[in-house]
Amino acid sequence: MTSHEALDHAASPVHHHHSHAADSRHAHGHHLLTVEDLSISFRMYEEGEGDEGGDLAGAGAGVASAAGSGLRRWGRDSRLHRYLDAPQREVEVIHGLSLSVHEGEIVAVVGASGSGKTLLADAVMGLFEPNACVRGRIWFDGEPMDAASLAAERGRGIAFVPQSVASLDPLMRVGRQVEGAPRGRGAARRADASRRRARRRELFARYGLDESVARLYPHELSGGMARRVLLCCALMESPKLIIADEPTPGLDAALAGKALADFRAFADEGGGVMLITHDIELALTVADRVAVFRDGTVVEETAVANFAAPDLLAHPFTRQLWHALPEHDFEAASPVGQGPCPCRPTEATSSVGQGPCPCRPADDEGTGPC
Amino acid sequence: MTRFVLEQIGRFLLLMLAVAVVTFALVSLSPVDPLQANVGQAALLGMSEEKRAALAAYWGADSPMHERFFAWFGDLLQGDMGTSLRYNLPVVDVIASRALNSLALMGVAWLVSGVLGFALGVLAAMNEGRAIDRVVKGYCFVLAASPTFWVGLLLLMVFAVGLRWFPIGFSVPVGMAASDVTFADALRHMALPAITLSLVGVANVALHTRAKAIDIMASDYIRFARARGLTRWQALGRHGLRNLALPAVTLQFAQVAEIFGGSVLVEEVFSYPGLGQAAVTAGLGGDVALLAGIALVSAAVVFAGNLAANLIYGLVDPRMRPAKGVRR
Repeated sequence: MTSHEALDHAASPVHHHHSHAADSRHAHGHHLLTVEDLSISFRMYEEGEGDEGGDLAGAGAGVASAAGSGLRRWGRDSRLHRYLDAPQREVEVIHGLSLSVHEGEIVAVVGASGSGKTLLADAVMGLFEPNACVRGRIWFDGEPMDAASLAAERGRGIAFVPQSVASLDPLMRVGRQVEGAPRGRGAARRADASRRRARRRELFARYGLDESVARLYPHELSGGMARRVLLCCALMESPKLIIADEPTPGLDAALAGKALADFRAFADEGGGVMLITHDIELALTVADRVAVFRDGTVVEETAVANFAAPDLLAHPFTRQLWHALPEHDFEAASPVGQGPCPCRPTEATSSVGQGPCPCRPADDEGTGPC
Repeated sequence: MTRFVLEQIGRFLLLMLAVAVVTFALVSLSPVDPLQANVGQAALLGMSEEKRAALAAYWGADSPMHERFFAWFGDLLQGDMGTSLRYNLPVVDVIASRALNSLALMGVAWLVSGVLGFALGVLAAMNEGRAIDRVVKGYCFVLAASPTFWVGLLLLMVFAVGLRWFPIGFSVPVGMAASDVTFADALRHMALPAITLSLVGVANVALHTRAKAIDIMASDYIRFARARGLTRWQALGRHGLRNLALPAVTLQFAQVAEIFGGSVLVEEVFSYPGLGQAAVTAGLGGDVALLAGIALVSAAVVFAGNLAANLIYGLVDPRMRPAKGVRR
């Protein structure tokens, strides 16, 4: 990736699985965040226990069908094993996902509610459920990361902006929560606590929060105050990357606009924002690039400018999204991730269009229509 | 504020009245004949008819229930709880001497079950699904399903009769002058009943705490705290325990009633001279004054427990306090 800066984005707009926006920058010669070939699967108990026929598609209700991916059964070879151990299977919720965030840009990850976008956020922060199996490669600020180093960056280099005040402790005053837990012991701890207080005051002043807000409890905050408080939480440790999970639902248009303007300002100062949302229109207004998330993977990662015309979009599902936008022709008025399968034979010219069809279970090698 | 205090006092008085009426009615309707129960079958048969009538008149057993109730209630309003038939002492004295034993026993059991149950519950929740969780859960299920008296009998058989580590009953050594009884003696006699009550109480508290702690550890605010760089245990310490305190406090004070109920059984098993044992004696002896007195005292203690829970709730949870702008 060291030769990255040598590339002329205008000449080769598509590389690393994605196309660039006009101002996607590669400071220090690398992406701020690169996720490659990420897969997350869960081991869970088989629902219909003891069915010997192995009708995987039939047994895999619920999560499995949502993931639409390959299932593997454990320990079906031994009869004794079946009595001792409930059969387990591995459900792949995210597979083969690649995504990049450059410095100075907002990347919107757009997908239907419940399609696993939040899992992606958790993975980037190194927050895993005990029964999760995570594979793939993640670089942050040029460094290859593992679970431990991701956990170390969590809350420092990588900050999270949650959806609502439900993510604040209802019993703790807002000021203390924004400041966070001081680190160290004894004098170092007191010094850290006062540094945090100073930083919190600075952030409150910048975002127009009165000092008295620090004495309030979360339930006493108005919608606008809550949004700024949550942003201040994320900015406490001056992160390089912000992951925002649906930060605008429930806010009225004016407040949502302010929230997005704050993210824009953060990106313009050299930070990166990964904005997770189900709202494609919102993504198109604020983001530099859009990653279209469907069935547990990113089917296309493209500049917002490419949404000007369907011909610029590589993946059929993205085109279908384009057509579903209100200002277009409503050709397929179905919400993201639902509706009929959009996979039709296409002229696969870009790297995104190649490989197995994402609408098809991974174990299905068939070439016919889906 | 004044309104709250008046409301609580009003509730307390209503509760006392209801408890007094119900206890009185139940004892009066019970088939136990106070004369026979207190004088004894043989002595009663040997008495002349006049003597029996005189005794019944003296104890007031022949007057109708409502007359006795109003006489007793009138005395109660003047601070006189009457005289115990069984102990031939003022009810106040009987309760005072026994309440000390009982409250010490219940206080220890209450604290131990609360603290230990909370700690075990949190430990199990933080290790959900692992061996330590299974051990705690197994212990709790077994203990929660065991009757208190049975656990008491078992402990008595093993530790008092078998191993002789603890005395088999009573609150002081048998045959020792009251002035010679040391604090250590009293503790040794209290130990086994207190352990019985605690063991059973722990199960309840631990199971509730575990379920609540699992909920809280899966909450949005713990997830956010972890996303900000805290470990699970740090998040528990900074945010979890505070939120866990609310249900724990409610449970702990609701537990007062449970422990009271348990103490009646445990005191019977260990012949421990406490309120519970006196209540059983009073009930079997048709001793309505003593039984009503004990019922009033225990209702007052449980009421105080619930009131304390309400007050602590207001202190811990800002959402339960009146809004700042509204109060003047």
